[in-house]
Amino acid sequence: MPPSLADALALLNTEPGVWKPFAGGTDLMVLLEAGKLDHRNYVNIWGLNELRGIDVTDTHVTLGALTTYTEVQAHPVLQSEFPMLCQAASETGGLAIQNRGTLGGNIVNASPAADSPPALLVYDAEIELISTRGSRWLPYNGFHTGYKQMTIAPDELLARIRLPRTTRGASHYYRKVGTRKAQAISKVCFAGLARIDQGHIEDVRIALGSVAPIIVRCVETENGLRGRASGAETTQAACASLSREISPIDDIRSTAKYRLQVAQNLLTDFLSTLKT
Amino acid sequence: MQTFNFKVNGEERSVEGFGMARLLDVLREQLHLTGTKEGCGEGECGACTVIIDGQIVNSCLVPLGQVNGAEITTIEGVARNGELHAVQQAFIDHGGAQCGICTPGMVLAAVDLLKRNSEPNETEIRNGLAGNLCRCTGYMKIFESVVRAYQK
Repeated sequence: MPPSLADALALLNTEPGVWKPFAGGTDLMVLLEAGKLDHRNYVNIWGLNELRGIDVTDTHVTLGALTTYTEVQAHPVLQSEFPMLCQAASETGGLAIQNRGTLGGNIVNASPAADSPPALLVYDAEIELISTRGSRWLPYNGFHTGYKQMTIAPDELLARIRLPRTTRGASHYYRKVGTRKAQAISKVCFAGLARIDQGHIEDVRIALGSVAPIIVRCVETENGLRGRASGAETTQAACASLSREISPIDDIRSTAKYRLQVAQNLLTDFLSTLKT
Repeated sequence: MQTFNFKVNGEERSVEGFGMARLLDVLREQLHLTGTKEGCGEGECGACTVIIDGQIVNSCLVPLGQVNGAEITTIEGVARNGELHAVQQAFIDHGGAQCGICTPGMVLAAVDLLKRNSEPNETEIRNGLAGNLCRCTGYMKIFESVVRAYQK
């Protein structure tokens, strides 16, 4: 275990790709025990306080990458302005997982079935990657480029996640569909946010998990909805658009057919909650 | 191999091992605290639940390297001076245990719940125990035991 963040970054820089950052362990320990991890060396970042804490300013809420799901749920500003993130945290595993699993880990583990990324995408999250070379902020949307692929260099660590405080007055809709209420991995996960202005849908944002190689922000569907009044015709067009933006597959948890149907049902339900 | 120091059930312990060894194995095989059970080994079932620094965790997912300096409570540390915790007594009185494999984890999850919330409602009890599976499916008796434990 490195004594400080600087030591951890130095290690990642000297031997890039050799060391794998290890935080709460709720994903990595499972893979390690199953012999599915290539790495032999792990750098334990769990104790690095520089990567902890939730900071609130007038414009943003910034979360350290090691913020746990339990900490997310307990935070009053997140509860009032980013309720979908709190709900995602409360539906990730059980309490023992929530006490240990981290938001940063949920991002860089890069599972297309992860629970918090749909909410983070809809909230226009930005992420900070740091290394001995410096720091860079980038939009979270676009960070995942393919199944388990990310725009992160081997010497970089995910340090912080930043959410713009622009959600007041918006409708939030988050729904995870799994086999069981607790502990299940999702078959489909939906996050939607929208504002209604003079009878029209404005500022609509939609993201889904478990329906593509990455968590997807459905921009085409959003564009089609913007400026329209809610109603059967709008919903039908949006569902058609959604089916072009997602690419669900058959796997151990569900089927492509079921996932497409559920995704469209959730979109329909989300739109029905919007009073235009 | 490295040396790791931490407290288990109030006692200072020193363990030689690899940083990536599972806490579950260290507890059972090196410290002979076999009350902590292995169920799934992947954080799904809660049989290996222990309390670290006041929070329940799955000990199958915690590497030894992350408990240096920590305070750990296992099921062996729940009874005090030979006297059972109210949760343990309630599990005995109300049939909360069947085969017993999930029981240590269930008891620790219930003890943790009642510590945070002395009078949980039905939803709160279900959420508090959501990470613990009982393969005998004796959930109603477990649920009743937790209710009786805080009513005492």
